[in-house]
Amino acid sequence: MPEKRNLICINCPVGCLIEVTLDGDTINSIKGYQCKRGLEYARAECTNPVRTVTSTVRVKDGILPVAPVKTEKPIPKRLIRDCMKEINRCCVQAPVKIGDVIVENLLGTGVNIVATGNVPEAHGKNGS
Amino acid sequence: MKEVDLVVIGGGPAGMAAAVKAKEKGVQDVLILERENSLGGILNQCIHNGFGLHYFGEELTGLEYAARFIDKVHRMNIPYCLETMVLNIGSDKTVTAVNSTEGVFTIKAKSIILAMGCRERTRGALNIPGTRPSGIYTAGTAQKYVNIYGYMPGKSVVILGSGDIGLIMARRLTLEGAEVKMVCELLPYSSGLTRNIVQCLDDYNIPLKLNHTVVAVHGKERLEGVTVAEVDQNRKPIPETAEFVPCDTLLLSVGLIPENELSRDAGIELDPVTSGPVVDARMETSVEGIFACGNVAHVHDLVDNVSNESELAGESAAEYILGINVPDRSETIVVKAGNGIRYTVPQLIRKQSLSRDTVKIFFRVADVYRNVRLAARCGNNILVERKRIKVTPGEMETLELKSQDLREINAGEELVIELRTDGEGH
Amino acid sequence: MYDVVVVGAGVTGAFIARELSKYRLSILVIDKESDVAMGTSKANSAIVHAGYDAVPGTLKALLNIRGNKMMKRISEELDVSFKMTGSLVVCFSKDGIFELEELKIRGFKNGVEDLEIIGADRLREMEPNISPNAVVALYAPSAGIICPYELTLHAMENAVENGAELKLECELSGISYDREVFRLETTKGVIECRYLVNAAGLYSDTVAEMAGDHSFRINPRKGEYVLLDKIYGSFVNRVIFQLPTDKGKGVLVTPTVDGNLLVGPNAEDIDDKTDTSTTSRGLSEVINVARLSVPSLDTRGIITSFAGLRATGSTGDFIIGPSPVNNKLIHAAGIESPGLTAAPAIGEMVADVLKKNGLKLEDKPDYCPYIEKYTPSRKMSESQWNEAVKKDPAHGRIVCRCEKITEADIVASIRRTIGARNVDAVKRRTRAGMGRCQGGFCSPRVVEILSKELGIPFEEVTKSGGKSVFLLKKTK
Ligand SMILES: Cc1cc2nc3c(=O)[nH]c(=O)nc-3n(C[C@H](O)[C@H](O)[C@H](O)COP(=O)(O)OP(=O)(O)OC[C@H]3O[C@@H](n4cnc5c(N)ncnc54)[C@H](O)[C@@H]3O)c2cc1C
Ligand SMILES: Cc1cc2nc3c(=O)[nH]c(=O)nc-3n(C[C@H](O)[C@H](O)[C@H](O)COP(=O)(O)OP(=O)(O)OC[C@H]3O[C@@H](n4cnc5c(N)ncnc54)[C@H](O)[C@@H]3O)c2cc1C
Ligand code: SF4
Repeated sequence: MPEKRNLICINCPVGCLIEVTLDGDTINSIKGYQCKRGLEYARAECTNPVRTVTSTVRVKDGILPVAPVKTEKPIPKRLIRDCMKEINRCCVQAPVKIGDVIVENLLGTGVNIVATGNVPEAHGKNGS
Repeated sequence: MKEVDLVVIGGGPAGMAAAVKAKEKGVQDVLILERENSLGGILNQCIHNGFGLHYFGEELTGLEYAARFIDKVHRMNIPYCLETMVLNIGSDKTVTAVNSTEGVFTIKAKSIILAMGCRERTRGALNIPGTRPSGIYTAGTAQKYVNIYGYMPGKSVVILGSGDIGLIMARRLTLEGAEVKMVCELLPYSSGLTRNIVQCLDDYNIPLKLNHTVVAVHGKERLEGVTVAEVDQNRKPIPETAEFVPCDTLLLSVGLIPENELSRDAGIELDPVTSGPVVDARMETSVEGIFACGNVAHVHDLVDNVSNESELAGESAAEYILGINVPDRSETIVVKAGNGIRYTVPQLIRKQSLSRDTVKIFFRVADVYRNVRLAARCGNNILVERKRIKVTPGEMETLELKSQDLREINAGEELVIELRTDGEGH
Repeated sequence: MYDVVVVGAGVTGAFIARELSKYRLSILVIDKESDVAMGTSKANSAIVHAGYDAVPGTLKALLNIRGNKMMKRISEELDVSFKMTGSLVVCFSKDGIFELEELKIRGFKNGVEDLEIIGADRLREMEPNISPNAVVALYAPSAGIICPYELTLHAMENAVENGAELKLECELSGISYDREVFRLETTKGVIECRYLVNAAGLYSDTVAEMAGDHSFRINPRKGEYVLLDKIYGSFVNRVIFQLPTDKGKGVLVTPTVDGNLLVGPNAEDIDDKTDTSTTSRGLSEVINVARLSVPSLDTRGIITSFAGLRATGSTGDFIIGPSPVNNKLIHAAGIESPGLTAAPAIGEMVADVLKKNGLKLEDKPDYCPYIEKYTPSRKMSESQWNEAVKKDPAHGRIVCRCEKITEADIVASIRRTIGARNVDAVKRRTRAGMGRCQGGFCSPRVVEILSKELGIPFEEVTKSGGKSVFLLKKTK
């Protein structure tokens, strides 16, 4: 059974409404885009949609309790929840530097999770 | 009194870009004053990506974008004072500030760049009736709690206003385990980027309710729920559509207001529409030698534009300090927001400052329009015209004008930026 | 066992306690809320009324005039912001002059001698933004504006510094009387005393009923307000009233002592004594009526709105005196407007009533009417401020940018005699969060400072006590 999917192109403010008909994994038709970028976007969204995930990880002994992180490259959209689980499991020791690899090869995707900000070490880090 | 050539107020992306540019153009003595404990401005809480595509040609998170400019500031040895709040600026270009090491101090500057950014509109400004429990935050404050302090403001959330910050927070809170019940938008369209609607709402099945608003707040201690209603064409709530939505958190993403208390006190002329200073094409305010850039001048959606605009302000301040290309201020062309246009920046052009090849006019349209032309006109003469399939108030537009054309315009004449329709498809 | 327990830490209870703290007595004030001035005393028009509109011969008239005359001295002793701005009752028709004349005569009978009726020209000279339809007005130079929670807080602190005790989050739920002793059941256990003063505001009838006294009832009457940004603070120079109606003094427009503009209240009888919510109908009523006085009122300047409840007594006057069922129970009830103005005079009167009913008032030689002054950083001269920063760098760290409140100011508000325990309490003491950004910028910092000073985790810091937390849990 062919299935219809409606997408909004995100590549420019026009925001074309694109209609894709799918038969399983094969694309039958793509309609509604006004330029090539829309076509490519629709194709990618229907075959392998990807997203960059940004969040924070726990930091020990830092001046802040959390450090910002991102997936270095976009990862498959369906992995977002699992990616968050990985991120929530992490705890890194301060100091954290921008670019530090926090998780290597996330969920076998080959993509690393890296720090996007600095969290220096707290002085007199006794107590909690 | 300490003397400094250029004082930059605010160490966000605007202040940093302006300071760096001014130093590159030959001003030796630049000082940035920033009230937070680090440079970076609002970007320090923007851990999401979507910054820098235009300026750096790659997609960065807000913090990473800021870090690149902080690096430049360091590499160029530009001094800055953190945790230093500017209390007052005088029209004689004195700057009074306070911090915990020097106390209250005053600096005499040759030139000042205003880069104080903006603040968020609050519940009070919207006058939402009801009780006054905890659990109501502006989206930016919630962003700070989550991203910097590492705390969740609540677990079931309604967001009012579909500005980008609200959309970003909808995704952020969802990923951290909260339930975002809906985003309500008073207008028939969202002011956020399509990209954010798709990736922050649609990806997580969060409904966007256009033509809806929050009409009452409930709960004595902590928020217990809000009443949401649809609005009619006049944006008045329709009572029959009122619906109680239980939630413990209400985020407001209902607009930003340039932070111009200092400018007002210094007697700088403000534009009632942008809420920022009236500036010329060099970003100079009504007070000679005081320049403004970034969100303090008008609210930007892309930091990339902030950086470009601020470099222009930095360069202009450098020219002013070094005495190059300083225009006679009397000969001006007024830039007017015409049909379908809400505001323009700059609001005026000094005829004798047309030293660059082109002048860029930034503006916002007043509503969503399709199949229109954006035009700059003087009398009956159209200087430039651009076709657009769709324009929305949420996206800043630009027109680039040739200085050579502008020189032909007489001082005192108006340059009108307007929206023209083809008579079809509106 | 206390000599006297006062129920209610509003402005009435505070001034009663302060008055009693002049004598060798053991005094306890209890309040169910987490801070003083959480009832009507924090949400009102903040006017020190001249005293021309109360019916001559009533307690309202008598105590209003006396309170008004005491206020200047009190404000100095207690370091409370007070400005004698004067007030105007404006009329939109020439005929109104007759009603103004009547008010003037009433005022004269009450002892307000400096009232003046002024014409349109003088009115406009005094108030450039007044409506062109305003043709005549009654001018009362002795009216003023005050900060109502500062007045309450400082009076109570002064009482505490003179030996009175204060228990907050202590709700009275039952009273029994046996062998000359009251046994009070409260959320903080049983408390015993010889005299009981009822200053429980809206709930003073409930308290009376606990003692078997059904002689009066208190009905809540709501009044809603909007508050405007400081750039509108000098929009009017005086308190602008319209002619009073049977429900009260009507909607007024006034500067506040902190330089904002306050507009309100309307008047609506309601049933629920806890309902301080604002309504869109109420707020638009307030704005529309205010525009009769000042048509150019700019609603874009609104930074917040709130509502207060008048404790309207069934007798029409203040109810001050011993209960008909027990003369050791003294009421200070039905204290609606001008209760704020009258509070210092009510304090004196209640002490006198207690004395007449057998309480011995013996002077305490070390009583001090002054409270220790605290000067916030922003109000220091440049050299004072620099000195302060040298001693304590926290004076150089601005936390609330709109009102320029420093970390030192906030810490001081937490450490004072009656210290702030939540964000709203800090706000009432320092103004942090009262400005145009309404706490958007400073509340995270205030939460942080409260957490550190009180030694509690972030998720236990509240907005206004109870369950009003800001943050639920750590994200990670
Ligand atoms: C939540 C949010 C999300 C955003 N998302 C995106 C996005 O995805 N992509 C994108 O391109 N753009 C985004 N933007 C826009 C972009 O971040 C802003 O346009 C940009 O940060 C504005 O820069 P600025 O320097 O003008 O202001 P700010 O970054 O606000 O900096 C102003 C600085 O001035 C300081 N200051 C103010 N007053 C004083 C004073 N009196 N004394 C001393 N210092 C003072 C402040 O502390 C602050 O550091 C976002 C903005 C926000 C608020
Ligand atoms: C809209 C409005 C405008 C006003 N404007 C003015 C004005 O401009 N000028 C003026 O002079 N006056 C004005 N007033 C009047 C003035 O505000 C009041 O008269 C005054 O605040 C009353 O103070 P109070 O201490 O009696 O009551 P409250 O401040 O209400 O204090 C009573 C206290 O008792 C506590 N309490 C109650 N029950 C219990 C219990 N069972 N156990 C423990 N504690 C309990 C409550 O928590 C509360 O803190 C106005 C009033 C209103 C409502
Ligand atoms: S298809 Fe092309 S024109 Fe349409 S929204 Fe996408 S990028 Fe814009």
